Amino acid sequence: MGVRSRPVADGGAPLSPGAAGASPASPGRGDTPLVPPGAAGASPANPGRGDPPLVSPGAEREALLTSVTGELADKGFVVAQLDNLVNWARTGSLWPMTFGLACCAVEMIHAYMSRYDLDRFGVVPRASPRQSDVLIVAGTLTNKMAPAFRKVYDQMAEPRYVISMGSCANGGGYYHYSYSVVRGCDRVVPVDIYVPGCPPTAEALVYGILQLQKKIRRTGALWR
Amino acid sequence: MDLALKDLGDYVAEALPQEVLGTEVEFDELMVRARRDLIVKVLTFLRDDVNCRFQQLMDLCGVDYPEREKRFEVVYNLLSLTHNMRVRVKVETDEETPVPSVSGVFSAATWWEREAWDLFGIYFSDHPDLRRIMTDYGFDGHPLRKDFPLTGYVEVRYDDEQKRVVYEPVKLTQEFRTFDFLSPWEGVQGVLPGDEKADGDA
Repeated sequence: MGVRSRPVADGGAPLSPGAAGASPASPGRGDTPLVPPGAAGASPANPGRGDPPLVSPGAEREALLTSVTGELADKGFVVAQLDNLVNWARTGSLWPMTFGLACCAVEMIHAYMSRYDLDRFGVVPRASPRQSDVLIVAGTLTNKMAPAFRKVYDQMAEPRYVISMGSCANGGGYYHYSYSVVRGCDRVVPVDIYVPGCPPTAEALVYGILQLQKKIRRTGALWR
Repeated sequence: MDLALKDLGDYVAEALPQEVLGTEVEFDELMVRARRDLIVKVLTFLRDDVNCRFQQLMDLCGVDYPEREKRFEVVYNLLSLTHNMRVRVKVETDEETPVPSVSGVFSAATWWEREAWDLFGIYFSDHPDLRRIMTDYGFDGHPLRKDFPLTGYVEVRYDDEQKRVVYEPVKLTQEFRTFDFLSPWEGVQGVLPGDEKADGDA
């Protein structure tokens, strides 16, 4: 497994320096055998909760990364928790399925383009559900589209996530009483994050993606 | 402009005395009422005549007037780039009577006639491919008719056991409500909805 010493997304640095207590913010958890017990015991940033540790940018993270880099240079390997590492990789490369259905798609495109630049978060739109991790339902889901939409979702590989973007996808919105619109895309697929708005701004969608990253880190399972 | 339109109307009415039932100029626009069974001839004349040259069909749509005996109107909007003029042609029909398709005159009409068939149930005879165009596969009814219920008859959801999207009769958790009261900033007479108890002594 290739291990990069610098996280691509903000926050989450799952790497744990092997030397016990060498770092002020050792992200080890007490219940995992992958981390030396000493490191887990001396972790001030992780007071025994289930949440994976988050080291916010700053001197603390710099020290952590320096120690990890030093570890790599010294021994040629670092020890990390597998689930944290996997979740770090997942949050850092959430490839969304291009699924613009209506005007929300324009805001989604804004989020991809240079002003908000979702590429920074490793969010790169894909044209195939087989390559996608997250399905952003951007727009009105009609009855006629529903079977095709479900098919796209079924074709995505696990782990897969769904972001419902905008009032129409959340609950039918303006078209709730229409004869041709699904009253919320959660009638067809399970939804992870709802982004409200009509349409939501590009910032709101970016925030929704960050919330999804947080959710992935928080649930932290290898399989879902 | 008005005069030119009126002249054009008179010209068309004179050239097609059998086919045209009447012409009007309203809101600076010329409207021609035509006989339903001869609509192909009217549109062919409007397209080919040197004084008309309405060579583009901009739109074709249906209108539902439930109170009329012949409840539907089919409206043809034509544009003449040659003379920089527009004309609107209308014919009347009902649920049963077919309107001759004008797809032979304007090929653009095929999809619009499909649309009018789909949404209003106006039947077009001699249409090369009269299928539904917009509504769901196997849709029941014609949704733009005034007597079509807003919410329709079916809704969809994914069924986990059958592993497919299933259709079920509509079940609303809350009825549709219209919030069609006057602006409170413009002196509402009476009581606003929801304020019925506000001034009572109960």
